Amino acid sequence: MTEMVYGSVPVQSGDPVLPRWWRTVDRITLVAVLALFGIGTLLALAASPPLASKNGLEAFYYVKRQGVYSVLALTVLLVTSMMSPDAVRRFGTVGFALAFVALIALPLFGTDFGKGATRWYSLGFMAVQPSEFLKPMFVALVAWFIAAAHQLNGPPGRMISLWLTMIVVGFLVMQPDFGQAGLILFTWGVMYFIGGASILLLMALAGLTLFAGTFAYANSEHFARRIDGFLSPDIDPRTQLGYATNAIQEGGFFGVGVGEGTVKWSLPDAHTDFIIAVAAEEFGLVLVLIIILLYMTVTVRSLLRLIRERDMYARLAGAGLTCLFAMQAFINLGVAVRILPAKGMTLPFISYGGSSLLASALTMGMLLALTRTRPQGEIGDHLLGRGRGHG
Amino acid sequence: MKRVPLRPLARVLKARKDGEDPELIERENLARRHEEMRDRQRQRAESRLVVASIFFALAFSFVGVKMFQLASVEPAEPQIAATTARIVAQRANIVDRQGRILATNLSTRSLYAQPNMMTDPAASAQRLAEIFPELEAEKLLKQFRSGRTFLWIKRKISPEQMQEVHDIGDPGLLFGPREMRLYPNGRLAAHILGGASFGREGVRSAEVVGVAGVEKQFDNFLRDPANGGRPLELSIDLTVQDAAEAVLRGGMKLMNAKSAATVLMDVYTGEIVAMASLPDFDPNERPRPLTEGDAADSPLFNRAVQGLYELGSTFKIFTAAQALDLGLFNPASMINTRGPLVWGKFKINDFSKYGPVLSVTDVIVKSSNVGTARIAQEIGGERQKEFLGTLGLLKETPIELVEGSHIKPLWPDKWTELSTMTISYGHGISTSPLHLAAAYSSIVNGGTKVEPTLLKTDEVRPGPRVISAETSAAARSMLRQVVTRGTASFGEVEGYAVGGKTGTADKPDPKGGYYENKVISTFASVFPANDPRYVLIVTLDEPAETSGPEPRRTAGWTAVPVAAEMIRRIGPLLGIRPSLEPLDEIEVVDVRN
Repeated sequence: MTEMVYGSVPVQSGDPVLPRWWRTVDRITLVAVLALFGIGTLLALAASPPLASKNGLEAFYYVKRQGVYSVLALTVLLVTSMMSPDAVRRFGTVGFALAFVALIALPLFGTDFGKGATRWYSLGFMAVQPSEFLKPMFVALVAWFIAAAHQLNGPPGRMISLWLTMIVVGFLVMQPDFGQAGLILFTWGVMYFIGGASILLLMALAGLTLFAGTFAYANSEHFARRIDGFLSPDIDPRTQLGYATNAIQEGGFFGVGVGEGTVKWSLPDAHTDFIIAVAAEEFGLVLVLIIILLYMTVTVRSLLRLIRERDMYARLAGAGLTCLFAMQAFINLGVAVRILPAKGMTLPFISYGGSSLLASALTMGMLLALTRTRPQGEIGDHLLGRGRGHG
Repeated sequence: MKRVPLRPLARVLKARKDGEDPELIERENLARRHEEMRDRQRQRAESRLVVASIFFALAFSFVGVKMFQLASVEPAEPQIAATTARIVAQRANIVDRQGRILATNLSTRSLYAQPNMMTDPAASAQRLAEIFPELEAEKLLKQFRSGRTFLWIKRKISPEQMQEVHDIGDPGLLFGPREMRLYPNGRLAAHILGGASFGREGVRSAEVVGVAGVEKQFDNFLRDPANGGRPLELSIDLTVQDAAEAVLRGGMKLMNAKSAATVLMDVYTGEIVAMASLPDFDPNERPRPLTEGDAADSPLFNRAVQGLYELGSTFKIFTAAQALDLGLFNPASMINTRGPLVWGKFKINDFSKYGPVLSVTDVIVKSSNVGTARIAQEIGGERQKEFLGTLGLLKETPIELVEGSHIKPLWPDKWTELSTMTISYGHGISTSPLHLAAAYSSIVNGGTKVEPTLLKTDEVRPGPRVISAETSAAARSMLRQVVTRGTASFGEVEGYAVGGKTGTADKPDPKGGYYENKVISTFASVFPANDPRYVLIVTLDEPAETSGPEPRRTAGWTAVPVAAEMIRRIGPLLGIRPSLEPLDEIEVVDVRN
C-alpha cells in the first residue's frame, strides 16, 4: 500500500481521462445541451441585429460576441463536467464565497442600466450579473450542508442551509430581483424535498412563501405592477407580454420566415428575456416545441440518472442543479405564454448574454459532472446480501 | 418504532470478557447503522426524484400546450384593454308627445394626444392651432413637452376636423369614439331639456350626464340600460312649442320687454304642451352660469318655472271664485267699490274710477282692486290662505325639472288682514307663471285640482275637487267677459272663445318699494272658454307699448295681444275646431226671369 501512495511514479492506471469521460458522461444530455447552444447561436443571428443597429454597431456585432462567449462557455462546460463530485463541492464552496461577496457589493459598485434594479457590474466589455453565477455555487454548497446533516452526529446542515438561503434571498429581494429570489427559494425547497424533508414542513414553507409574496405585492410597486399585468384578463398590447403574445400568434406553426420577424424591432428585451417570442415569430411553433423538448430531455434524463446515484451529495447537488436549470427555462417560457407573471429571467443557453451563457454552462457542466456513471457499490450489496427489498 | 440500542451491549460485554477490543465492535455497529440510514434515505429520494421528474415533465408539457394554443390562434388586431368598468354611453332619446326627437345621440370623435409617440410636436401644435382656432400653438406645445403621456385636446370634433387632423399625420394624435348629445331643434324647448355634458371619460367612450332640465331630472332613467332604449316621452308638442316661442320672441321685441315667459297647459291633465322663457340658449352649446350679478339675468334662468313674480290682478279670479263657491255672493251681487279703501295708513286704489258699486262679475271684468279687497274681507284671511293652498299656490310645484323642484312661492309670514286684501288682487304674493297656470287650470276645468307635469299622460285622472262645477262655469263666464267687454279686449280670437284675466303688477325695487314705470304684465287665459281645453299664461317683463303718445304698460296693451296672436297660431296646431258664428242664410237669387 505504502509505495502506491508515497513516492510512486504517477502511472495512468486504466483509461486516459477523455475516453473515460466520454464513456461515463450522460451523452444524451450533452447532445441536447449542444443543440441548445446551436439554437442559441441561430437566434442570436435573428434577434441581436436590431440591438446592434440601435446601438450604432455593425449588424452582427452581437452575434460575434455571442460566438466568442459560446466558445468560452463550451470550454467551461467541458472542463467542469470532468470534475469529480468532491471537486464540484470544493469549487462550489469557493465560487459561492466569491459570488456572494460580489452580490453584496452590488449596491456600491453595480449599475442598473436604467432598468430599475441594480443587478450588474459593468466591466466595460461585458456586464456581469453575479446572481447568475451565485445560483449553481449556492446549490453545490447547500447540497453539501444537507448531505452532511445525514451523517450520524453530523452538523445541523439543514438549519444552516435554511439560514443561508434566507440571507441570499434577502439580498436578491433588496435589488430587487424577485425572479432569482424565487428561483433560489424553490431550488432549495426541491433539494430539501429530495433530501428527505417531511411533506408537512414543506407545505408550511410553501404557505410562508405565498405569504411573503403577498407582502411583497402590497409593499413593492415594481412587484405589484407585474402581478397586476399578469392577473388582468386582457393584455395591453403595448406591454412586453402583449408583444410576445402577438409574436407567437403571428408565427403560427412554421413562422413568418427567417429575418422576417418584427417583434425584435419593437421589444427591448427581445434578445434576452423574450427570445422565445423571436423564435416563435420567425421559426414558428416547430422550433419552440423543439426547444421545450430539449429542456425536458435534459431535465428528466438528469433526474432519472440521479435515481441510481448512491452518493448523497451528488444526488442532492445534481437534483438542485437540474431544478435550477429547468425552473429557469420554465419561468422564462411560462412568462411568454402567460402562465407566470413577468419576470426578468433568461432562457439558459438561448438568451443572448455572456453572464447568462457562462453561468448556464457552469450549471450544466457541474450537473454533467454529477450525473456521470460511477461505481455505485452494487457489488458490495450483493456480497452483503443487502439487495433491494429488505434494506 | 422499534428502538435499537446505540451500542450492542451483549456483544461488547462478550468481547470484554474475551479480551477483544470492544471499540471495533462499536465502530462496526455504527457503520452498519449509517449504511442502513443512507439506504432508507436513498429509497425515499428515489421516489421523490421520480415525483420531481414528473413535475418538470408536466410543467414543460404545459408550456408546450400553451404555445400550441397561442400559435394556433389567428392573430387579431391588438386592442387596448379597458382597465376600468365599461362606460355605458348609450343614452335614451327624448321625444315630444308625437314622438318627434327632442334630444338624441350622435357618434363623433374626441381628439387626444400621446406626446411620447409624437414625431414632430412643434409642427403638430402649429397645425392643430390652425384647425381649431380656439387652441393656442404655444400652449399646446408646452403641454406636449411637459412629459405627460396623455392629454385631451378636444372633446368633440367634426368629421371635417377629424380629416384635417388625420392629414397632419402625427402618430401621437389619436381619436376616441364619443357619443355626444345632440338637440336637433336647437333653441326650442331649451329650458325644458336643459343639457348634458361628459361625466367619466375614457379613451373608448365617455359617460353623458344630464346637467340641467329633464336631462338631469331623468338622468337615471335615460342612462338605465334596462329600459332598452325606450325614449323619454315629454308632454311637449314640438310644433306648438315652436309657434309659441316664435310669437313670444316677436311679442317681446314688439313690446320692448326685457324678458318673457309662456306656459301652455292642458287643463285636465296638467300636461305642459309648450313652455318657453326668453332670452334662451342653445342646449348644444350651453352657456356658462353667471358667476356674478343676478342669476335671473342669465339666459339659463327659466322664467316660467324659476321666476317668482307678483302676478297682480290675475289673482282676482281666485278671490271671486272662492266667494262664489262659499256662497257669499253670486255673480250679480253688488260690491261697494268706492275708493280709496283705507286700511291703517294704506290706501287701496283702482286704476280708474268705476263708480260706487259693481257686480262681482264687473269687479273682475273691470279689474277693481277695491272691489276684490272688499270681497276678500268677507272671505277672511284664514279661508283665503287655505284656498290658495289647495290651488297649490303656496308650495313648490311637482314639475319634473331640477330647477323647479325647490321654487317656493313667497308670501308673508303673518297673513294679516291687509295681506288678505292685497293678496286678493295679487300683490304681496309671488308665484311662478307655472303656479298660475296650474291654479287657473284647476279653476276652469270644472273645479278639480291639476298638478303640472312634463311627462306625456295618456289618461285623465281628475284630482280632488277644489270648487264646484257651477262655480267653475261662473268663473269661466267672468273670464270670457273680461275679453268680450273688459280689460282684455285685444284678446279676442275669432272662433276660440278666449277667456282670461289681465294682471299688471309694479315691479318691486330691490332698494324697497315699487318702481314707478316698471311692470310685470301677465295675461292668464283659457280657451275655448265654453269648453275649456288649454290654459295659456303669457308674462312680459318690463313691457312698454309705444305706438301711442305715451308708453302703455298695462297687460291689456302688452301681454294680451301677444297671447291672442299665440292662440291664433297654436289653436289650429292643437286641433281645436274654431266655433264660428253661423253665417247668414244665403239668399237664393232667382235667375230665371
